[in-house]
Amino acid sequence: MKSLSEKGVRRILMAVAFSAISALLLITLFIINEGVPFIFKYGVGNFLFSSDWHPQQMKFGIFPMITASLWVTFGAMLLGAPLGVAVALFLSEYVPRPIMRIIKPTIELLAAIPSVVYGFIGVIVLAPLIRNYLGGPGLSLLSGSIILGIMILPTVISISIDSILAVPQSYREGSLALGATTWQTINMVTVKASKSGIIASIILGLGRAIGETMAVIMVAGNSVNMPHSALDSVRTLTANIALEMSYATGLHRQALFATGVVLFVGIIILNSIASIALRKRMVKG
Amino acid sequence: MFKKYFFLSAMLLTLLTMFFGCGKAKVPITMAGSTAFQPFAEKLADQYMQSHNNVTITVQGGGSAVGIQSANSGAAQIGMADLVTLPQEAKSLDAIVVAKDGIAVVVNPKNTVTNLTTDQVRDIFNGKITNWKELGGLDAPITVVSREAGSGTRSSFEQIIKDINLKRDALIQDSNGTIRETVANDANAVGYISHGLINEKVKALKIDGQESTAESITSGKYKLVRPIFLLVKGQPQGEIKNFIDYILSSEGQQTIKSNGLLPAK
Repeated sequence: MKSLSEKGVRRILMAVAFSAISALLLITLFIINEGVPFIFKYGVGNFLFSSDWHPQQMKFGIFPMITASLWVTFGAMLLGAPLGVAVALFLSEYVPRPIMRIIKPTIELLAAIPSVVYGFIGVIVLAPLIRNYLGGPGLSLLSGSIILGIMILPTVISISIDSILAVPQSYREGSLALGATTWQTINMVTVKASKSGIIASIILGLGRAIGETMAVIMVAGNSVNMPHSALDSVRTLTANIALEMSYATGLHRQALFATGVVLFVGIIILNSIASIALRKRMVKG
Repeated sequence: MFKKYFFLSAMLLTLLTMFFGCGKAKVPITMAGSTAFQPFAEKLADQYMQSHNNVTITVQGGGSAVGIQSANSGAAQIGMADLVTLPQEAKSLDAIVVAKDGIAVVVNPKNTVTNLTTDQVRDIFNGKITNWKELGGLDAPITVVSREAGSGTRSSFEQIIKDINLKRDALIQDSNGTIRETVANDANAVGYISHGLINEKVKALKIDGQESTAESITSGKYKLVRPIFLLVKGQPQGEIKNFIDYILSSEGQQTIKSNGLLPAK
């Protein structure tokens, strides 16, 4: 009797696990089915490397959007990754543990703020500042990067702290006993030992930054334009899909699904590069 | 405990079903399309259903393209579109003009420019004029704000102004409301929104010397006007015809007028 219920639970859990995987599979198949035929009909080169996006005139080139997505994400990482890791190190190594246990959940709450709110703050506070002090329209690549950089902070900080805290206390004690200062210990022992976790946190942040839609639509200005400076307005791949999906029909709609395919492939490539780099590091270490 | 609640809620559900099941079956009407006319359609539908409780009218958005598509496919009995000229796909549909909407070119209240010609508007959106100085304003770069491709407001605007090839670095916003917000926040911005949505945060410019008032729009003096169409497959009949007649009646037109759009006639 007991083994029967044991088996039942096993079956149910397996079904649940497979339903999650099959949802992923179905989404992938659906996007590929809707988007890939268009890419080949329109021409891979034309679609990926032309910068003319005029759906009304049947011109679908997404090169500006690809460039914009990469730049905005790069900018966000430039701001969010060092800041996040620094905050994580400070909170785990310099701040007394009881205080850290209060601050960490507070930072994690940042992740619970809806992206519309981040976008709103970007529009009301950040964009006018950039417009008044740096020039340009304000809604720009720079404001998109800054908002995304802030949005990935909770992910980077929280996972980095977890991996830094997982470093055995004896490592630190050994280093300090050899006469190293606190900073030398952090730099040469703690960070080295928790490197894989820190990199993983940055990769997760990267995933969030490249996939974010709402906040970017609100703060990046959305013009289909090759950015010449950080103050230019840009449209990311995600923004392109979300902006035009409600009106799109026929070929235009297929082109948006194809944009989704490009985004999907891009994220897979970025993630694999990151995880390969991660594995190499771990083998070396 | 659980059983008791379960029984109670089941009873309640049965009662509710019986209650709503009573009376005659209602005639369903679905409207879909233009987001500019959607709030008006909802209001009109509410009013109509209060006096005619034999119909239920569902109003959906989706944009003018969706309106034409769903009227064609039968997904909606009435499609809504706000385009100056209807595309080829809509030729087989019966189109009825139920309202008019002016498109206002808006700038920040701080802007000193008050009047633009059609040619100037075209040059601004094409990127030929890039500084307010050239238009008699302050020495500041112009930030052009437009709608996304496929928007009814945008295609109407571009058809009336003619030969618009939107400059590449124009900002794109996805609704009348966000354009208004962008223009209200940026002293150098220019955009276009539905006449009914002008408020004190933005300033509407005169076009060719004509202000975008209700009078000048209805009389045809103000140039940037688009009709709002209801599209029906075949001749409208029965309840659908009654509802459209209601929208065109003085009561329906009054509702349209008092909420910011302009009556058809």
